[in-house]
Amino acid sequence: MTISFEPTEASKAAREHYRKVAEEQMRPVSRKYDDEEHTLPKEWVDWFWQEGRHGGPRPTDGPGDGFIQVCIQAEELCWGDAGLYLRMPTPALGGSAVSAAGTAEQKKKFLSPFREKGGHPIWGAMAITEPQAGSDSAAIETTAELDGDEWVLNGTKIFCTAGEGASTVEGGFVVVWATVDKSAGRGGIKSFVVPAGTPGMELVGTEHKLGIRASDTATLRLENCRVPQDHLLGSSAVKKKDPSKTGDKGFKGAMATFDASRPIVAAMAVGVGRAALDFLLEELERQGVRVRYDAPPAEVTALERDVMEMEAELQAARLLTWRAAWMMNHGKPNNLEASMCKAKAGLAVTKITQKAVELLGPLGYSKKLMVEKWMRDAKINDIYEGTQQINQLIVARRILDYPSAMLR
Amino acid sequence: MIGFDPTEEQALIVETVSQFAQNEIRPVARECDESGKLPDSVLAQAHELGLVANALPESVGGGGERSAVLGALVTEELAWGDLAIALGILSPALVALPVAEFGTDAQRERLAHYAGESFVPGALALQEPRFGSDPFRPGCSAERDGNGFVLNGSKCQVPWMDGDDTVLVFATLDGRGEGFLVSRAADGLSAERERNLGIQALPTATLSLDGVRVDADARLGGDAGCDLSRIVTQGRVALAAAGLGVSRAAFEVARDYAKEREVFGVKVAQKQAIAFKLADMAIEIDAARLLAWEAAARLDAGQDALREATLAYDQVRRVALEVADGAVQVFGGHGYIRDYLPEMHLRNARGFASFEALALV
Ligand SMILES: Cc1cc2nc3c(=O)[nH]c(=O)nc-3n(C[C@H](O)[C@H](O)[C@H](O)COP(=O)(O)OP(=O)(O)OC[C@H]3O[C@@H](n4cnc5c(N)ncnc54)[C@H](O)[C@@H]3O)c2cc1C
Repeated sequence: MTISFEPTEASKAAREHYRKVAEEQMRPVSRKYDDEEHTLPKEWVDWFWQEGRHGGPRPTDGPGDGFIQVCIQAEELCWGDAGLYLRMPTPALGGSAVSAAGTAEQKKKFLSPFREKGGHPIWGAMAITEPQAGSDSAAIETTAELDGDEWVLNGTKIFCTAGEGASTVEGGFVVVWATVDKSAGRGGIKSFVVPAGTPGMELVGTEHKLGIRASDTATLRLENCRVPQDHLLGSSAVKKKDPSKTGDKGFKGAMATFDASRPIVAAMAVGVGRAALDFLLEELERQGVRVRYDAPPAEVTALERDVMEMEAELQAARLLTWRAAWMMNHGKPNNLEASMCKAKAGLAVTKITQKAVELLGPLGYSKKLMVEKWMRDAKINDIYEGTQQINQLIVARRILDYPSAMLR
Repeated sequence: MIGFDPTEEQALIVETVSQFAQNEIRPVARECDESGKLPDSVLAQAHELGLVANALPESVGGGGERSAVLGALVTEELAWGDLAIALGILSPALVALPVAEFGTDAQRERLAHYAGESFVPGALALQEPRFGSDPFRPGCSAERDGNGFVLNGSKCQVPWMDGDDTVLVFATLDGRGEGFLVSRAADGLSAERERNLGIQALPTATLSLDGVRVDADARLGGDAGCDLSRIVTQGRVALAAAGLGVSRAAFEVARDYAKEREVFGVKVAQKQAIAFKLADMAIEIDAARLLAWEAAARLDAGQDALREATLAYDQVRRVALEVADGAVQVFGGHGYIRDYLPEMHLRNARGFASFEALALV
């Protein structure tokens, strides 16, 4: 046991590798796909499918930092472009759900196509949010009814990341949350794998957004959409009183996937924030402005204060993120720490990127540079995977030891 | 005497402009932002309200009632409707007000042009596209050449609408910032349309001035020159007011949404995390507005107001960003979507970090 912040050689190699990918494959098309909002970023997607996904060190290579390495990858690629990162043909959050709650057969059936050589790019996605239910995910109204040996899904999902690709391109899938018994509340909520192209799942459209415009954020309609019985993830048992005691990976299990995904989102945030901060520091250097870390208090300039605060906030967010990921590596419950890092990172990079635009003056505001884009991209990190307020709520419950009934 | 309510006459004007902002500007704001175009008919209608003309001297057909306080009140209402459209509507003031205040008799003759039948946009070039741009010390230079001047340098965030042939350019002459009325078609002047994070509907340009020659009578105020500090002060009051309009718009949209939308069986506004955020917004907006009004009142009283205007603008820069960012947050995921206003307010609000003299009172 030791306190150390030194990444392993494998992690360093991963960082170098993904930094290069970000520089060579993402940055050159970053502005283009911000402008051309609903166009498939073909260069990137094809490259990733043909080469990107096979290259690169794996988190499991050698004695590694495990999950921290996944965070490092997310940071580097989002330093490249967060929208393109979300457009990568991978199982994404849908994959996390299948990995967390699926059986061995389910994992093989739904995830192995993403590893096969050749073929064409495919996507996975997770659809929880509905028009009337965002933060309050237990309030979803999409229903699943068993009819013979098939589940029949009905409802509308919004804001589904990668939902366009995952719902339409053969081979991909959407993990849809639905209730099998409304009266059971959260105990009745289950998740279902709906393969792309399943009749009854319709892509209604994609959103126009502030940022991460290269990412397809879809509205999906499910109308008598039928999937085989074994597409349910986890058990179908509904326990009304205490869903946690079903030994099921239904609602609670699904919520637990957030403990893994929040550090990744935090790492993505850090990547966007770092893009802006790196650029700012380079620009200051070009201008001959040096930040003094040893200036007498009365002489510290406003600019130096701002930069030091930005640097400190970013690093604090990164370390909280690594801690949450490290806890996962060691099988420690990290629900508190996952929300801490997500809350910190989402807000820190929102402010860092906004500050960078400010400090660069009219240059920061102009689309000639990328800083304004990073400001737009950064904000989503304070919203999805639990808003700032929801993550604060989770942290508060944990530190106060209050159940959700006492603090909501 | 200390007082916090406008005169009856001011209240009446504010009411009219507020209606205009609500009925004419707000409905087209989003579409204008997406298409990057200002609505000509709205600009023409706004011109009929005579907001700028009212502040111009009677001798040129204006109302002779220039008031920074009224300017601030009106600017806030227009910007509440939409910032880019407001800046477009008020753009004639960018040239007309400095010329009215500092211009030579010959220069003042052109004022009738802005107080006339149809809308004539204005263009003022102060801000510069460089790190550390400083309005008091333009990097753009003016050098004497025979009986004229030669201008060199670059400018940005210059409103650049069709319909007028003049741009008021600020440059350093003998160590002082001075204004020059330059023909937009002058040799050596080139304009490139900008794309910015916000105010996308307002056409703005980056200008390069490469040995642009102007005659001696192009200098604002002739040999006496002008008071750049006063122009910057007027600009900061106007922009503070505009920032308050954006802030109030974002606040109201967020407040209304929070009272509509349900989460966990209650209204979003019933969550203290959100209620307190909204309360903070309201406090900060009112506080910043009083700073802006105080600065405006000092201008109207003929006092120096650089300090007050700068403090007010400094507050508004921060408040506008925080309120608009807060509005996006209150909307949750919906705040990130361009069907709703908060993300546009956020992009516009951030602009106050770099705007200088993009509006004048
Ligand atoms: C670009 C994008 C991508 C997304 N991707 C996905 C995806 O792939 N899959 C998916 O299922 N969803 C996705 N989402 C949805 C996202 O997770 C939700 O938008 C988010 O959870 C917030 O929900 P909401 O928008 O309904 O806001 P609401 O829940 O309506 O929240 C409104 C406001 O109330 C606050 N609030 C809510 N509850 C409380 C409380 N208890 N206490 C205090 N404040 C509270 C919120 O913080 C927010 O400020 C995405 C959203 C966006 C914008």
